[in-house]
Amino acid sequence: MQRNSIAFTLLIAAGLCVVCSALVSTAAVGLKGQQARNKELDRKSNILRAAGLLGPNEQADGKKIDDLFAQIETKIVDLETGEYVTDVDPAEFDQREAAADPETSVAIPPSEDVAGLKRREKLSAVYLLQQDGKLKTLIMPVYTKGLWSTMYGFFALIGYLRTVQGLGFYQHGETPGLGGEVDNPNWKEQWEGKLAYDDEGDIALRVIKGTVNPNSPDAEYQIDGLSGATITSRGVSNLIDYWLGPDGFGPYLARLKADGEVYGK
Amino acid sequence: MASKTKDVLFDPLFKKNPIGKLVLGICSALAVTTNLRTTITMCAAVIFVTACSSAAVSMIRNYIPSAIRIIVQMTIIASFVIVVDQFLQAYAYQTSKALSVFVGLIITNCIVMGRAEGYAMSHSPWISFLDGIGNGLGYSVILLFVGTLRELFGAGSLFGYSILNKTTDGGWYPANGLMLLPPSAFFLIAIFIWAVRTWDPSQNEEA
Repeated sequence: MQRNSIAFTLLIAAGLCVVCSALVSTAAVGLKGQQARNKELDRKSNILRAAGLLGPNEQADGKKIDDLFAQIETKIVDLETGEYVTDVDPAEFDQREAAADPETSVAIPPSEDVAGLKRREKLSAVYLLQQDGKLKTLIMPVYTKGLWSTMYGFFALIGYLRTVQGLGFYQHGETPGLGGEVDNPNWKEQWEGKLAYDDEGDIALRVIKGTVNPNSPDAEYQIDGLSGATITSRGVSNLIDYWLGPDGFGPYLARLKADGEVYGK
Repeated sequence: MASKTKDVLFDPLFKKNPIGKLVLGICSALAVTTNLRTTITMCAAVIFVTACSSAAVSMIRNYIPSAIRIIVQMTIIASFVIVVDQFLQAYAYQTSKALSVFVGLIITNCIVMGRAEGYAMSHSPWISFLDGIGNGLGYSVILLFVGTLRELFGAGSLFGYSILNKTTDGGWYPANGLMLLPPSAFFLIAIFIWAVRTWDPSQNEEA
């Protein structure tokens, strides 16, 4: 057969495709278990970090993460009503997919869309840490638009759901050294102990411009701005406004308190 | 080692460096060099892909119909890249997250394609394999040079360990944010090329 004949060309192309696809699928299938495990551990460790159960720079192996995570209960909540949904298995629930699928997401009314997200999922996972049968720490998956990217993270509340336990982003594409400092452990550290709501129960937590004056009466509602990253900082403020607000976890938080499910007080 | 083998392996480091002399593979050199850990992973991945794909292309070089030779090379390269990407996701998850799309983009790295088309198509598998390793190493030399300087001056650390104590952490070193942005890699690569061509003027193109 001629090397440049059509038949030989087709033969080579077909043969090559078979060999290459065998190689690629062997790798993909053989490593799938390990990859899924990595993703799972990564998600769990991010939740643990927001909850303060794992230090910001602490490395933990798979077993330790699983052990720590065993204390945390995962539930699915309907964001509109604030009620738990029991017919969805938390282990099977893919929130990113739910947010992207028109079937399982809703358009955010423009007046409410402070974080510029346009759509949100109808259901959200929440992670609960109980004490004496009541909710002590609540960890919520949150996201917002920064300058370049959507920033995904977890936000944790304690102290009758008023005090911040932590905020951590596990995925973002902000400018390294500027907006990318949302990852800086020193910056994240100051969230712990700040108050999300003022005495009237209004959302008061803000990332401000510049450094927080510790003597200011509002210091407990303020976070240092990231220098050179106005839009990223504003995105983080919007995140607080949106996800604690009426279109985000607002109804759920209100219901938890009304039903007396929260520890403290 | 015979001198020819040696030349094939080590010439691409400085004398015929794929980035310095041929100015190939610039875009990933800008993107993955903000810290050393990702840089090293990227280097290893490129060395593996260049070497294996050159060897594979060379093995079947006498059977590849010339009409589809580029797409055959592309398919082989893409397969190796996917294998590397799958391995990183399984065994170096954090690094793989940091590298994100850039592992996949090794497919479009001109060095890999350039060596497959320009060298492996006309040489035997073993020497093509070495040529692939050599060019991967040449790419790595520049990436490590750029990565070291960028992480040290941009973030005050090497491999994530703090070397220069940054002012944001209460130290004395005001981090140079420019070093973490892509343009700084251009300056550093240019400085490298300048230095190499001063040392070896024969690399200069005719004006």
